[in-house]
Amino acid sequence: MSPAARERRQGWGLVAPALIWLLAFFLIPFAVMLALSFAHMEERTVVHGFDPGNYVRIFTDWTMFKALVNSIEITLVVSVVSVILAYPLAAIIAFRVPKRWQRLALLLAVLPFWTSYVVRSYAWLLVLGQNGVLNKALLGLGLISAPLEIAATRTATVIGFVHFFVMLLTLTIYANLIQLSPNYARAAQDLGAGRFQTFRHVILPLTLPGVVTGAFLTFVLCIGDYITPQILGGNNELTLPQLIMLQMGRGGNFPLASALSVVLMLVVTLAYLLSARWLRLDRV
Amino acid sequence: MMRALSWLYLAAAYLFIFLPVAVLVVFSFQDGRLPVPPLQGMSLKWYEKVLSDGDLMAALVNSLIVALISSAVALVLGFLAAHALARVKLPGSVLMRVLIIAPMTVSTLIIGLGLLTFFNQIGIRPSLLATGIGHVVINLPLCFAITYAAMGDHQKNAERAARDLGASEAQVLWLVSAPMLAPALAAAFFLSVTFSWDEFIIAFLLTRFDVTLPVEIWSMLRSGLSPATNAIGSLVFLVSIGVVVLAEIFILRRRA
Amino acid sequence: MTAPVSIRGVRQRYGTATALDHVDLEIAAGEFVVLLGPSGCGKTTLLNIIGGFAEPTEGQVLIGGRDMAGVSPKERPTTTVFQDYALFPHMSLAENVAFGLRMRGVEKSGRLKKAEEMLALVGLAGRGNRRPHELSGGQRQRVALARALAVEPDVLLLDEPLGALDLKLRRAMQDELKAIQRRVGTTFVHVTHDQEEAMAIADRIVVMNAGRIEDLGPPREVYLRPKSLFSAGFMGEINRIPVNGDSSPLGLVALGNDRERVLCIRPESIRPAELATVGALQLGRATITDAAFFGTHVRAHATPLAAPEMQIVFHLPQSVLPAPGEIVDLAAMTWVLLDP
Repeated sequence: MSPAARERRQGWGLVAPALIWLLAFFLIPFAVMLALSFAHMEERTVVHGFDPGNYVRIFTDWTMFKALVNSIEITLVVSVVSVILAYPLAAIIAFRVPKRWQRLALLLAVLPFWTSYVVRSYAWLLVLGQNGVLNKALLGLGLISAPLEIAATRTATVIGFVHFFVMLLTLTIYANLIQLSPNYARAAQDLGAGRFQTFRHVILPLTLPGVVTGAFLTFVLCIGDYITPQILGGNNELTLPQLIMLQMGRGGNFPLASALSVVLMLVVTLAYLLSARWLRLDRV
Repeated sequence: MMRALSWLYLAAAYLFIFLPVAVLVVFSFQDGRLPVPPLQGMSLKWYEKVLSDGDLMAALVNSLIVALISSAVALVLGFLAAHALARVKLPGSVLMRVLIIAPMTVSTLIIGLGLLTFFNQIGIRPSLLATGIGHVVINLPLCFAITYAAMGDHQKNAERAARDLGASEAQVLWLVSAPMLAPALAAAFFLSVTFSWDEFIIAFLLTRFDVTLPVEIWSMLRSGLSPATNAIGSLVFLVSIGVVVLAEIFILRRRA
Repeated sequence: MTAPVSIRGVRQRYGTATALDHVDLEIAAGEFVVLLGPSGCGKTTLLNIIGGFAEPTEGQVLIGGRDMAGVSPKERPTTTVFQDYALFPHMSLAENVAFGLRMRGVEKSGRLKKAEEMLALVGLAGRGNRRPHELSGGQRQRVALARALAVEPDVLLLDEPLGALDLKLRRAMQDELKAIQRRVGTTFVHVTHDQEEAMAIADRIVVMNAGRIEDLGPPREVYLRPKSLFSAGFMGEINRIPVNGDSSPLGLVALGNDRERVLCIRPESIRPAELATVGALQLGRATITDAAFFGTHVRAHATPLAAPEMQIVFHLPQSVLPAPGEIVDLAAMTWVLLDP
């Protein structure tokens, strides 16, 4: 055997375990789920076949379609608001906070990241609830006369999500800002650009790929999350993951849950294609 | 003017970021039945209650076991694959990289649901083992990506030198590659443990009788607001912070 | 288009460290001045102070007679060519070069026309649609130059612009930089640590060390008649022979000197006594320890018979290659006496 062939064989040997694991526990399960999404339920038992009925139902049954719309709306709002809030925070840490304190400032900015995910949503419930800290504080200050009803609304879901993703995006945007040569900003100012022009024409375009990547990550994690809308949004208005869990739990309707999951994945794929195209356009 | 606005914004951002955590911790000491204002006095009784709760402590141990074992498996598989794909030109290596990274872009809900339907069909019951298998699927891409990114020409040359001096492939991996990549391997393992420890949806779908900590906390939530939830949440937070600080010191000291 | 620069009593401190210590410098309009020195000597700090990127702790900078205190880089009649070029990677070459004009509100066709002119000036005519990443290092350097010159600054500041280029390209760019400076007539202030580069392009060299100006003058002056030991050593290889009055380790030398000083002689100023002309300084006999052919000359080391612990380095014509152990009688054609 030639050295190259031996090297290749060794290479295959080393990749194989990972590939087999993902084949068995990622690709095949996904294929099973895809096949299941074309099955239907008769008398609480699954009947296999090729029946697009589940998909037809998702796009024609208003309660189903509304969940899809809710999910997309919430995710878009969360992504945009998180980027808008995180960018200045990352910029202030990168450019205003003295170098030696930046690591600490960043560590603090993401500290609540380390609370349990379930507990974090619960904590927001304590803040936003009818008798929560926020209402008590606003009532105490005389700013409102009756408690705000935030808990169990879309606003609460959005706040909970934004809290999480502001931390995540601050990290990624900071990493982007700090690796820019300071000479870009100096060159722009040297050539007559003001603060705003420097940001608009130089800093923003140069960090845009990083921002889009972070926003895409936000989109993926947000649209697939069950916990936050379930704890903070309640059941008044369902998101796609809530609907999926509902189908599995109450009805045991795995085919419909599978079809909903496939739709969820298609939305993510679409988002990826859109942002990828946008990124490439920016680079041309 | 701009300067003052910056500091104001920074303060507001920190307030927003810390508000829920502060509320969580403060009301874990609530001497009353509800974790909402007014604070009726300081008490450690909820911590006592939580620490003597057998189910909760069992769930905590389960979580630790699942996190450590699944992360170790994910790290080994990810490292070996990264080592092979970074060194050897294999046909279809781009496709393999894409496949290995792919689970990162798929919602964990979908991964969990896929595994649940698959396991149902082949007759595997929901269990901690099933959950661990799922956690390897989500952490393998992470371990692969981190170790793959850390492998440079520097490593490649050292490995070539080791082979030239007569080391077998296994010796190269164990005596040269792994020690050189130690910081990346440690980071990957640490992140995997964190993600697995905190993962809810896969564990929720794939466990039944023995559950992990997030699932146990979830079932506590269903019985309404209670300072006990605050107490266990604060404990988890404290432990996580401790680990982060240790990791920070450890990594900083290694760099110095 | 061009203006003089006056630097008066400038001092720069960072905490307890002093980066610049009372620097005075007058630069004439249209002059090509090179700030030369080792890293950490304060040359880049001085450039940043002229460009407005740093405020001096003390002292004054005047450009075209106008005090620059509190004037931002944006408002100053200066532009900078940065060491890493800082070309905007998301813009085409033409957009990069036109950026300064765009910030000044010049309409699109006007600024693109000017950008094309500037690209032509630096030898990149017709390539305005390319992106910076498609260019070689030397080409990027030209674009950075074109971008900085497009806004017609009075003073152009260059921060080691040739540092990232390989030696051959660097030598070629030096000539071009000099030619462009003559064409546009702008005052150039150029920072480098390469003394050959400094001599190749400068009207005047400013040698800096530890935050002070050690020496300044035209290249020939600074090389042949340095005013300090540091300057003498930084400008090129030199033999240093301590002298006290007219006595030295080599024996008596006819210097007409009256105190402790250092006799500095460049290797190319030393030759065998039989080839020396009238007025040469006799250095006495020495034993050759080694000699090697260097292309343009032969470089040799020799130990004076009078001072076996000393070594003298000198250059010989290409045709002479002495063997080790040979004895030569050496003389110096030019030399300087400097305070230790």
